[in-house]
Amino acid sequence: MSENRRILFRNPADESFTTKLVLVCLSLVFLGFFLFLPLVVVFVEAFRKGGEAYYEALAEPDAWAAIRLTLTVAAIAVPLNLVFGLAASWAIAKFEFKGKAFLTTLIDLPFSISPVISGLVYVLLFGTGSLLGPWLKSYGIEVLFAVPGIVLATVFVTFPFVARELIPLMQDQGTGDEEAALSLGASGWQTFWYVTLPNIKWGLLYGVLLCNARAMGEFGAVSVVSGRIRGLTNTMPLHVEILYNEYNMVAAFAVASLLALLALVTLALKTFLELRFGAGAAGGRH
Amino acid sequence: MTASATASKAGWRLKQPSIIPGFGLTLGFSLAYLSLIILIPIAGLLWRTADLGWSGFLAILSDERTIRALYISFGTAFIAALVNVVFGTLLAWVLTRYRFPGRRLIDAMVDLPFALPTAVAGIAFASLYAPNGWIGSLFMPFRIAFTPIGIVIALIFIGLPFVVRTVQPIMEEIDREVEEAAATLGANRFQTIFNVLLPGLTPALLTGFALAFARGVGEYGSVIFIAGNIPYVSEIAPLLIVIRLEEFNYAGATAIATIMLLISFAMLLVINLIQAWSRKRYGNV
Amino acid sequence: MEVKINNIRKEFDRFAALHDVSLNIASGELIALLGPSGSGKTTLLRLIAGLDFPTAGQIFFGEEDASHHSVQDRNVGFVFQHYALFRHMTVAQNIGFGLKVRPSASRPPKSEIKKRVSDLLDMVQLSGLENRYPNQLSGGQRQRVALARAMAIEPRILLLDEPFGALDAKVRKELRRWLREFHDRTGHTTVFVTHDQEEALELADRVVVMSQGKIEQVGSADDVYDRPQSPFVFSFIGESSHLPVEVKDGAVLFQGEPIGISQGSDSAGDLFFRPEDVVLTDEREALSGKVTASRRLAGTRIAEIDIANNGHAPFHVEVEVPLHAPIELGSEARFRPTRWKIFTK
Repeated sequence: MSENRRILFRNPADESFTTKLVLVCLSLVFLGFFLFLPLVVVFVEAFRKGGEAYYEALAEPDAWAAIRLTLTVAAIAVPLNLVFGLAASWAIAKFEFKGKAFLTTLIDLPFSISPVISGLVYVLLFGTGSLLGPWLKSYGIEVLFAVPGIVLATVFVTFPFVARELIPLMQDQGTGDEEAALSLGASGWQTFWYVTLPNIKWGLLYGVLLCNARAMGEFGAVSVVSGRIRGLTNTMPLHVEILYNEYNMVAAFAVASLLALLALVTLALKTFLELRFGAGAAGGRH
Repeated sequence: MTASATASKAGWRLKQPSIIPGFGLTLGFSLAYLSLIILIPIAGLLWRTADLGWSGFLAILSDERTIRALYISFGTAFIAALVNVVFGTLLAWVLTRYRFPGRRLIDAMVDLPFALPTAVAGIAFASLYAPNGWIGSLFMPFRIAFTPIGIVIALIFIGLPFVVRTVQPIMEEIDREVEEAAATLGANRFQTIFNVLLPGLTPALLTGFALAFARGVGEYGSVIFIAGNIPYVSEIAPLLIVIRLEEFNYAGATAIATIMLLISFAMLLVINLIQAWSRKRYGNV
Repeated sequence: MEVKINNIRKEFDRFAALHDVSLNIASGELIALLGPSGSGKTTLLRLIAGLDFPTAGQIFFGEEDASHHSVQDRNVGFVFQHYALFRHMTVAQNIGFGLKVRPSASRPPKSEIKKRVSDLLDMVQLSGLENRYPNQLSGGQRQRVALARAMAIEPRILLLDEPFGALDAKVRKELRRWLREFHDRTGHTTVFVTHDQEEALELADRVVVMSQGKIEQVGSADDVYDRPQSPFVFSFIGESSHLPVEVKDGAVLFQGEPIGISQGSDSAGDLFFRPEDVVLTDEREALSGKVTASRRLAGTRIAEIDIANNGHAPFHVEVEVPLHAPIELGSEARFRPTRWKIFTK
C-alpha cells in the first residue's frame, strides 16, 4: 500500500520519469543530427581509403606548408591577444572609470561582425585602391595576399577571446587581494605576478585555448585576405576548401580531421579545467 | 570663464582614485591596440562607403541579387535562431535538471561549434546532408543540401551554443522554492513551466536568440559548402561580398558589408538594452 | 481545519529525518514548530503541505486522509523562507496567480480576481503597490505579498517556513505582532517553523519543541518554559545549568554531599535549574564554587561559578544574584536552587 503510493507521489518541482525520458531522448536525437554525426563523418571520410591514403594526404608538401603556416599565424596572433586580454581586463576589472561599459562593448565587437567583413576591412586598408598598401609596397612590404594580412585578420577575429574570459573572472575577484599585496610593500609587477596571475591562471588558460582554436580554424576572414596561394598563403582551413572543391575528399577530410582533433582536445581540456577547478575557472560566454 | 572651466575640470575625473598601479599603461595599451586592430579598419570601411555617396550606396543595395542575398542571410539566420531557442532551451533544461549517463559528455559537446573550425563543419554537413550522404539520402527525393534548408541546418549548428550557454546559467539559478510555491498555489507542472519558469527566462532567451541570429547572419565557412550558392536562391550575403571582391568590385563589397555591419551594431545595441531593462526590472538576470 | 499527524516517519537515503511523529493541531490554532537546525521541523511542515511524501504514516485534514493528495489538491497556503515570489510578475499578478491557474470550471472571472487581489492587498496593508515588481519591494513587504498570495487560494491551513528568518531584527518584531493580529482576525489554522524561541513563545498558542527528528514536548509557552519534560527542552529553552546528582533517602546529593534540597524517590541523574531560580545562602548544605565572572544583565546580575570536580574540568554554572549582593571575583559563593528538575539517566 505504502509502496504503491510512493510511486504515485512526485516531487512537485520535477517531471515524471516518462517526460524526462522523452525530453532526454529528444535532446539526444537533436544533438546526434547536429553535433555527433558531423564529427563522426569527418573521421569516417578521412579514413575511407584506409590509413595509408590518410597518411599520404597529410604528408603532401602543400598540406605541410598549410600546417606550418597555421601554426605560425597562431603563434603570433595568440600571444598578441593574450597581452591585450591581460591589459584590458586589468584596466576594466581593477578600476572604475568613465566609458568602461562602452569599452567592454567595443571589445565584443568582433564577435558580432561577419568574418568576411573582418577580412574585407584589411583589403580596403591595404589593397590596391588604398593609401597604405602601395606605400608599404614601395618599401617591399606585402600585407595583403601575404602572411602579415593573414595574421592581422586572425588577430581581428580572435581579438575578444582572452579578454572576454578574464574580465568577469577578475571583476568577481575584486581588488582586495591586490590592495593587501601593495600594502605589504609589493611592487605593481610583483602584485600582478604573485597575486593576480595565480588567481586567474585557469581562466587565462581557457581563454588562450579558445583563442588558439579559433585562430587555427578561422576561415572566412583569412580566405578574403590570403589570396590562396598554394604552399605560400594557404592555411589549413583554406587547404581543406581547395581539396574539397577539387573533389579530393580523402585529403580534404584528412586535413579537416586534424582540425577536428584540435577542437576535441580544446573541449576536453575545458571540461577537465571545469571539473578540476570549478565552473568559475572556465565558464563564461564566448 | 577661466575659473569656471578650471572648476569643471577639477570636478571631472576619468577614473576614481585607486592605489592599484598600472591604469595608464593598461588602458593606454588597450585603447591603442583596439584602435589599430579594430576601430581604424572599421572606420576605413565606413569612410569608403561614405565615398560612394548616398545614391551610389542605394544603387548597389537595390540590386536584385544583393537584396536576395541579404534576404536569404537574414531569413535563414532568423529561422535557425528560432529553432535554437526551442532546442537550446530544451537542452539547457535537460542538462541542468536531469542526471543521466553521458550528461557531462553532452554538456562538453555543446561547445563544439565554438571550437570546431567552420570549414570543417561546412564540409561535414555538406557530405552528411548531400543527396547521397548519410542523412540526405534518408530524405530523398526531398533535397536538403544545396537549398536554403541546408543553410538553416548549418546555422543551427553554429548558433546552438549561444542559446544554451546564455540560458543555462539562469536556469541553474532558478530557486526550487519558486516552483514549489507555484505547486502549493494549485498550478500543475505544465502551468508552472509555462507561466512561471519560461517568462522568467525571457530576457536570457532574447539575448541568446540575438546572439545566435547575429552570428548566423555573418556566418560564412560552414554555410558555403552546403548552400550550393545559387544566386537568388541560396547565395548568402557574406559570399556575395567575397564574389564582389574577386571581381575587384570594391564598392559593391563595401556597400553590402556596411549594411550588414549597421545591422550587427543594431543587434548589439538591442542585446544591451534587453539586459539593462531586465536588470532594472527583475534584479540581476 | 483540524490537522492530525499520525506516526509520520520520513527517511532520506536511509537517514531518518523524522521518527514516528504524531501531533494533533486544533482548528484555528497558531502553532510553532521550534527546534535547532536538523531537528526535522521544516521536513514536518513540508510533509503537511505535500511538498514531500512520508515514508510511513498519515496526515488527516479534518476527517479526510490528505496523504493521498498531491500538493496541488491539498489547498494549503505555504509561505517560503525566501518568499519565492515570481520576480517577473507584478505584486498583483503574484497574488492572483493561484486563482488564474485554476481549471476553467472553478476559476473566478477576471473582475472577481481583481477584486480579491485588491482586498488581499488591503488586508496586508500594501494597497497602491499592485504594479510593483518584487525586486522593488523591501523584505518585509515581500513577505507580506507572499502571505497575501498564499491567502488568495483560501487555504484550509496556512504553513509558514521561518517566516521572519530573512528579515532584520526591527522589521521582524513588527511583522511578528502583525502576524498575530492577522491570525486573530482570519482565524486560519496556522503552523510556522522557527528556530527562534522568543518568536515561538511570544507568538504561538502552542509550541512544538523538536530535536533530532522527534517531538520533545508540546505545550503552551508557560508549559515548555516552566515545566520542561526533557533535558533537551530544559536546556534549549531559556538559560539553565545542570549538575550530576543522586538522591538518597529523599535528600539530593552532589559529590556525595547533601545540598539542602530534597525529592521523593531514590535515583541518580542530572539536576537542572535556571539562573533566576537560585538563592544565595550561608548554610552548610548548599552548592558552592568560585566566582569566575559576573556580568550585568538588564535589571539583574549573572554570576558565573566554577564548582571543583576532583581534578577534572570544573562544573560551570550560572546563577542570578541581586544587584547589590556581595559578589567578588575569586570569592566563594554558596547557593541553592529553589526550583529544579532532576532527569534520571
